[in-house]
Amino acid sequence: MASETHETVSACVDSHGGAVGMPQLCSEWMGNQIFWLVVTLVVIFFILSRIALPRIAAVLAERQGAITNDLATAEDLKAKAVEAEEAYNKALADARVEAQNIIAATKAEIKAELDEATAKADAEIAAKAAEGEKVIAEIRANALESIKEVAKDTTKELVAAMGVKADARSVTAAVNARLKG
Amino acid sequence: MEGDVVQMGAYIGAGLACTGMGGAAVGVGHVVGNFLSGALRNPSAAGGQTATMFIGIAFSEALGIFSFLVALLLMFAV
Amino acid sequence: MATDSQGEETVAHGAEAAEHASEGGGLVFHPMDQFIVKPLFGDGAVGMFTVTNVTFWMALTVLAIIGLLVLGTSRRATIPSRIQSIAELAYGFIRKMVEDVAGKDALPYFPYIMTLFIFIVFSNFLGLLPGAFTTTSHIAVTAVLAMLVFLTVTLMGFFKHGLGFLGVFWISAAPLPLRPILALIEVISYFVRPVSHSIRLAGNMMAGHAVIKVFAAFAPMVTISVGVGLLVTPLSIIAITAIYALEVLVAFIQAYVFTILTCVYLKDALHPHH
Repeated sequence: MASETHETVSACVDSHGGAVGMPQLCSEWMGNQIFWLVVTLVVIFFILSRIALPRIAAVLAERQGAITNDLATAEDLKAKAVEAEEAYNKALADARVEAQNIIAATKAEIKAELDEATAKADAEIAAKAAEGEKVIAEIRANALESIKEVAKDTTKELVAAMGVKADARSVTAAVNARLKG
Repeated sequence: MEGDVVQMGAYIGAGLACTGMGGAAVGVGHVVGNFLSGALRNPSAAGGQTATMFIGIAFSEALGIFSFLVALLLMFAV
Repeated sequence: MATDSQGEETVAHGAEAAEHASEGGGLVFHPMDQFIVKPLFGDGAVGMFTVTNVTFWMALTVLAIIGLLVLGTSRRATIPSRIQSIAELAYGFIRKMVEDVAGKDALPYFPYIMTLFIFIVFSNFLGLLPGAFTTTSHIAVTAVLAMLVFLTVTLMGFFKHGLGFLGVFWISAAPLPLRPILALIEVISYFVRPVSHSIRLAGNMMAGHAVIKVFAAFAPMVTISVGVGLLVTPLSIIAITAIYALEVLVAFIQAYVFTILTCVYLKDALHPHH
């Protein structure tokens, strides 16, 4: 067994390549590990501090800047939108007032027209009514005349039928007196 | 024969050393449990204290690791 | 440390254990073999500058980091691709951690902390690939990382505050008679920091991988004894899956914890007076 162990190159590895004790405590490997660890750490440190970290910091700062810019732009746009909305509202209110005015004006105009037409119609109606009355009065007068004529004639005929020669003048006077009475 | 007794002692010692890990488990459970009960009472303050919890876990776990290390030393290095 | 005098004994003991394992029903338990450092080319001894599997996996880590953080962000897109957003997420995550835990004046140390985090997290995840070598499971590696942090923090504390840095041990909030005792405890805990800092990471990684290996050794049970194997083999495969899921979590959490503790230590050095 002793001869076997002497063949191996390390005190920490047995003849089968297995570990003897804890490999972590094998002092002959420590120098190697420490050397390569220091090399690795130095390499990583220089990669990080020279290339990687400044680059990531720059990218992050750039993104932060972009975000800030975008936010500012968004703020501007928002202000513009608010402005536009105000203008729109104002225009709307103006239009509404104007429409109100137009409506009032139109209403007044229509009313005036209507009044005029009504007055004209009233006047026409009054004229027609007066004319009609006149005609009616005429007709009535005519009718009275006719009645007088008819009454005279009838009376004359009646008188004649009775065999009396009728005096036209006295008949007329009698008829007129009767009609009046 | 004498070597066997030494080896037996080493193995028994390694087994006994492993009981220390139970203590570490209790400790870690205690830390996390108390953190959780505190965090549920005041969730807004929990976020800032997570790092502290991990430090506490690390300290109590380290002792368990030490006992594990003693066990390994007894198994492989004595 | 396995010293030379112990070497013979452990070798004999290890061979014995292997023998016992091969006698015991044919299951082979070698949970620690995955941590062996081997030369990448040939079978020579491992010297200081030998290209080993450590080199290979660390190089892979570097390549993965370049792939994510350099190639992934090479388009500098304002609207990021998936890889770029992962890179940005990692950047923002660590930067926020440094800022929140260590304070704004710790930001100059951000690349250093980012280096530690990104190295550990990539080593941990690459180590989870089947057949991989986990560099962070070696105490030599994590001890160097932890000592780097410890030395940086200590030297920087003295450099910035002079002897005033010793105020970190002198807790002025405590009653005066207690202060020397507390100072002693603080000094001890200060020097234990790198130890726990390194062993926590290495131990976690080692433990998970070793446990997976142990369960993996149970998996071929069905080829030895069908009766027992029908029960043991599916159980062990389920257990491997479960532990692997846990290890994915642990791989990240340990990197996170290592980094956040670095930030905490850094805060102590920047503001030594509590």
